[in-house]
Amino acid sequence: MFQYFLNKLATTIPTFLGISLIAFAFIRVLPGDPIMLMAGERGVTPERYEELATQFGFDRPFYIQYKDFLLNILTGDFGQSFVTKHPVIDEFLARFPATLELSLSAMFLAVLVGLPAGIVAAVKRGSWFDHTLMGISLTGYSMPVFWLGLLLIILFSSILGWTPVSGRISLLYYFDIHTGFMTIDALMSGQKGAFASAVSHLILPAITLGTIPMAVIARQTRSAMLEVLSEDYVRTARAKGLSTFRIIGLHAFRNALITVITVIGLQIGVLLAGAILTETIFAWPGIGKWMVDSIFRRDYQVVQGGLILISSIVILVNLTVDLLYGLINPRIRQTRG
Amino acid sequence: MALLEIKNLTVEFSTAHGPFRAVDNIDLSVDAGELVAIVGESGSGKSVSMLALMGLLPWTAKVTADRMALDGKELTEMPQDQRRRIAGKDMAMIFQEPMTSLNPCFTVGFQINEIMKRHLSLTRQERDKRAVELMSLVGIPSPESRLRAFPHQLSGGMSQRVMIAMMIACNPRLLIADEPTTALDVTIQAQILELLASLQQDTGMALVLITHDMGVVAEVAQRVIVQYAGQQVESRNVIDLFDTPKHPYTQALLAALPERATTQHLPSIPGVVPGQLDRPDGCLFNPRCQYAIQACRHTPPGIQNGVRCHTPLNAQGHPTDPMGLRQKEGVS
Ligand SMILES: Nc1ncnc2c1ncn2[C@@H]1O[C@H](COP(=O)(O)OP(=O)(O)OP(=O)(O)O)[C@@H](O)[C@H]1O
Ligand code: SF4
Ligand SMILES: [Mg+2]
Repeated sequence: MFQYFLNKLATTIPTFLGISLIAFAFIRVLPGDPIMLMAGERGVTPERYEELATQFGFDRPFYIQYKDFLLNILTGDFGQSFVTKHPVIDEFLARFPATLELSLSAMFLAVLVGLPAGIVAAVKRGSWFDHTLMGISLTGYSMPVFWLGLLLIILFSSILGWTPVSGRISLLYYFDIHTGFMTIDALMSGQKGAFASAVSHLILPAITLGTIPMAVIARQTRSAMLEVLSEDYVRTARAKGLSTFRIIGLHAFRNALITVITVIGLQIGVLLAGAILTETIFAWPGIGKWMVDSIFRRDYQVVQGGLILISSIVILVNLTVDLLYGLINPRIRQTRG
Repeated sequence: MALLEIKNLTVEFSTAHGPFRAVDNIDLSVDAGELVAIVGESGSGKSVSMLALMGLLPWTAKVTADRMALDGKELTEMPQDQRRRIAGKDMAMIFQEPMTSLNPCFTVGFQINEIMKRHLSLTRQERDKRAVELMSLVGIPSPESRLRAFPHQLSGGMSQRVMIAMMIACNPRLLIADEPTTALDVTIQAQILELLASLQQDTGMALVLITHDMGVVAEVAQRVIVQYAGQQVESRNVIDLFDTPKHPYTQALLAALPERATTQHLPSIPGVVPGQLDRPDGCLFNPRCQYAIQACRHTPPGIQNGVRCHTPLNAQGHPTDPMGLRQKEGVS
């Protein structure tokens, strides 16, 4: 198992290097001189230009810049914003909890609905439930995120007036931030109505973001369960006279979970990509919106650092998924090393 | 009263080509402590009939029977839940593929414990103790450590021993073994059969052994049922059957044995068991039968004295003519 973990860890290193190289090259191959861009409308004097070039290291060879860039990352220095002059890592950390809260809620919804729906569809294969679910999930899967988001806003915010259109909480409430999760902080503040307000702000973005993973999880769970249900060991479980609940929920699902865990893990990358759109639609102040804003502001240092931070998170999540996969699969867990 | 009584068991699968009758009006009666073998080529409905008894067929199967009773309790009229409590307890089944029949995600100990937990009121300690005893009983060395093993760490023979230990855990009255050795090495095959036969002797449970191996039949069985294309064609005491087979199919099976009772697989008779789409009219065996007459090609034979044939064979292995059919057609 330890050996398995080390192997998985080792494979993340080339992935990380590749991503860092792409992010690094990104701002250097884009048209336009980064220093001129940074300087903005007013321009700079030639002396100031030299100064800035030296400061950012643009005057040195490419590979030395890249080496310094990597070393900086290892010390936690992801550069600083051209615009705000704040370190990229600080800006990232300030916004990350918002994205995390949104993504976790979306994932929670997706798993909460997708997993049981997939199981029931597999068990009742060919039934109207199965057909309906597969139809809905295909629609959910092919629906563009921004379109779904707008549709939800029109229906629930404009027509029904049930939910707010944007932001994380009503301006009526103000409290200290402890966790960065608005729902939890609202609860901790003890203010009446704060939690409900936070949830009502969260619900539409979470549904918007969670729909695709929900559809994928439902479909994959269904097919994994279908495969597992026809296995010999499920027949054995039935021959033992076990209850239906135990046969499906334990003997079959435990095996299907090995596949489903991987599917769920892969959805996290999809989720972060979807977060960029969702946060933009709902004006959700997370890293997705931050990245989009930075691109429009041509704040390339932020884009570069943000890309690396986001990729690192995806890599980390995938590593965790691999680890979980190893833990629930006895064939891997049992190997010594 | 017989322990197991089956009358007119029929199983039909609904398939893309319409209904397919995989088991056709089968009768089976097994006494307590008896060892009955079911023999027949692939596709003759041996597994399907026993899976129907256990209630393990998929929903595409339609099972009908005039009577299907274990220990006098009618299974077909029983509510689902009650029937589940009989499977694994009063009757149990082991399968052809031991390697895939155990759940890869759980330890051997867990899987043996679970069946006891379901059907017996034992404490955890008592179950653990019995699991160790069962493992020794089926001949697994160092049972304590094997109980902690996962199925992928076991060989095929070892897995089948675990399956046996698990399925006899609740002292079933009837054990069905569906080709329990087909997937195993030759040397292991003999060991597993020996184990099953001795367990049957010691515990007094009844054993229905589905097999391809005529040698096994001769050695361990008391009664043999020969099945062909979903029908029983001959059902006799084992000694009589080997001495004087009455059905042409049985005769062909025995004649094709190079030396009786030593082969591992059923000998081949020219032709194959008819499937869903090539069922002949009349006697299902007629395309392959050397004694077939015109009547065989349009009139299905009924069962007379345990043999399904218009012209059962006599002690010399020649067809008799109880209904004068051969005479009518002028066949000598
Ligand atoms: N789920 C199913 N749906 C449709 N047909 C089936 C199904 N299961 C079995 N059959 C058919 O029923 C017939 C009898 O199958 P069965 O498995 O009982 O044969 P068998 O005598 O056990 O053969 P073998 O020696 O190969 O195990 C075969 O023709 C098979 O194709
Ligand atoms: S009924 Fe006819 S075809 Fe069938 S086994 Fe007897 S002799 Fe052969
Ligand atoms: Mg079979």
